[in-house]
Amino acid sequence: MYECDIAVIGGGPAGLAAAIEAKKHGAGKVLLIDRDIELGGILQQCVHNGFGLHIFREELTGTEYAERFIKELKDLGIEYKLDTMVLSITQEKVISMVNKTEGIVNIRARAVILAMGCRERTRGALNIPGTRPSGIFTAGTAQRFINKEGYMVGRNVVILGSGDIGMIMARRLTLEGARVRVVAEALPYPGGLVRNVVQCLNDFDIPLLLNHTIVDIKGKDRIEGVIIAEVDENRKPIDGRARYYECDTLLLSVGLIPENELSKGIGVKLDPVTGGPVVNESMETTVKGIFACGNVVHVHDIVDYVTEESRKAGRSAALFVNEKGGEWGTPISTRPGNGIRYIVPHLIREDKVGHSVDLFMRVDKIFTDKKLVVKSGDTVIRVIKKAYMRPGEMERISIAADSLKAADNLPLTVDVE
Amino acid sequence: MEKSIVICTICPIGCSMEVIEDRSSDSGYLVKGNSCNRGIDYAIAEVTNPTRILTSTVRLNNAGLRRLPVRTDKPVPKNLMLACMKVINSVEVDTPIEIGTVIIENILSTGANVIASRTV
Repeated sequence: MYECDIAVIGGGPAGLAAAIEAKKHGAGKVLLIDRDIELGGILQQCVHNGFGLHIFREELTGTEYAERFIKELKDLGIEYKLDTMVLSITQEKVISMVNKTEGIVNIRARAVILAMGCRERTRGALNIPGTRPSGIFTAGTAQRFINKEGYMVGRNVVILGSGDIGMIMARRLTLEGARVRVVAEALPYPGGLVRNVVQCLNDFDIPLLLNHTIVDIKGKDRIEGVIIAEVDENRKPIDGRARYYECDTLLLSVGLIPENELSKGIGVKLDPVTGGPVVNESMETTVKGIFACGNVVHVHDIVDYVTEESRKAGRSAALFVNEKGGEWGTPISTRPGNGIRYIVPHLIREDKVGHSVDLFMRVDKIFTDKKLVVKSGDTVIRVIKKAYMRPGEMERISIAADSLKAADNLPLTVDVE
Repeated sequence: MEKSIVICTICPIGCSMEVIEDRSSDSGYLVKGNSCNRGIDYAIAEVTNPTRILTSTVRLNNAGLRRLPVRTDKPVPKNLMLACMKVINSVEVDTPIEIGTVIIENILSTGANVIASRTV
């Protein structure tokens, strides 16, 4: 059987950064596998700018960001397979894959890095009532059609959900001559970044209807219109507060779901809140030698954070294959407290932390003038004042290794107070 | 007296700021509602000369990929974005294209070039 040291599943920003970092840290044979016909993942359809502010100190387009990493991967001589679908991975790290030229191939790896990213939530996941005509797209699918394949998806558009991709597509469609009638958002605040509300909606006078959702879809062959209703604080439509909007296209930007079918097959433990694998401070899953990084673990706001996390996974996998990863021991667990939806990593091995470990988390609603309080048992480890927190922006807290030593192996909790 | 509302994009708070013409101040404007000083410069720029990097695609011949992503290499005035799009959409290019290649020089005399944002 063909063998490699580290197999990386997925060639988007997470997989690219992890493969490069693993190679740079002494991994021998690194093999990256992707199902698309080119590397770069979703970055290749992100023609807009705003990528790389943290890592490169410039505002690149998604395509420019991808190209820097693809070049580095090739310069390092890292092997990759394209147009190849991974079918399964075993606990023994035998990867079964299929492509047009080789058929089914099995490869044995010494470590695996899961970097499959996310899928978009679809109409089916939302259960929107109405007919089932054509002309309903997820925002990312429309983005691929327009930016890569050169098909305009429609002329008169309604967008449901104010995630970043939805707002970016509102601008893109307007620039290409379509009329975007409205963006409806069921929550009382926009899902995406403020910058995108301003530069994608306000710049083009596209109305954003907060506390509104779609309650019916009309049309036989092609979508003809939608009914948008105001919702109450429980997101239930309010009687008599609905309006018909004629449209020929509906885009959905209603969230992302980490794509973990392969992870489930391996038997790694998943976090029911993030939908991604439970990971430790080294981005290792609950199966030894299987690492995970990027949006497959939890949805990130910006690609630079994906890159940072994936570099960590790459370094850890390289240490593991060089037998410096060490035993699991008894890790400290992290627990989301009041106002916190989830925390990544879920487990921390104190002796593997180095100087400090970063905890990533999301709050469950908007908070102003609050504190994030990290505790071990009843002992307060860190307090950070926060003028403003919202679910759309990931929070990050750095915990010094010394304070973990004092923590006495009790779970770490984070509360909004 | 001219008054406008500007939402700040410098940080996630997104302050809603009021910008009022004020001859007596150095900048000529009075900014209210900002939580920090960075908001002031942003607000005044948004009122006096709002600019944006424009990103789009152009038609690509003889490649598997049908569109080449492009962007302006400098910000262009916000009110010229749709006019620039007309020029961008009139262009077709052939492969091979290197990232950074100038596709349209000095678009609408803005001083900005439209460049390829990937290699094909």
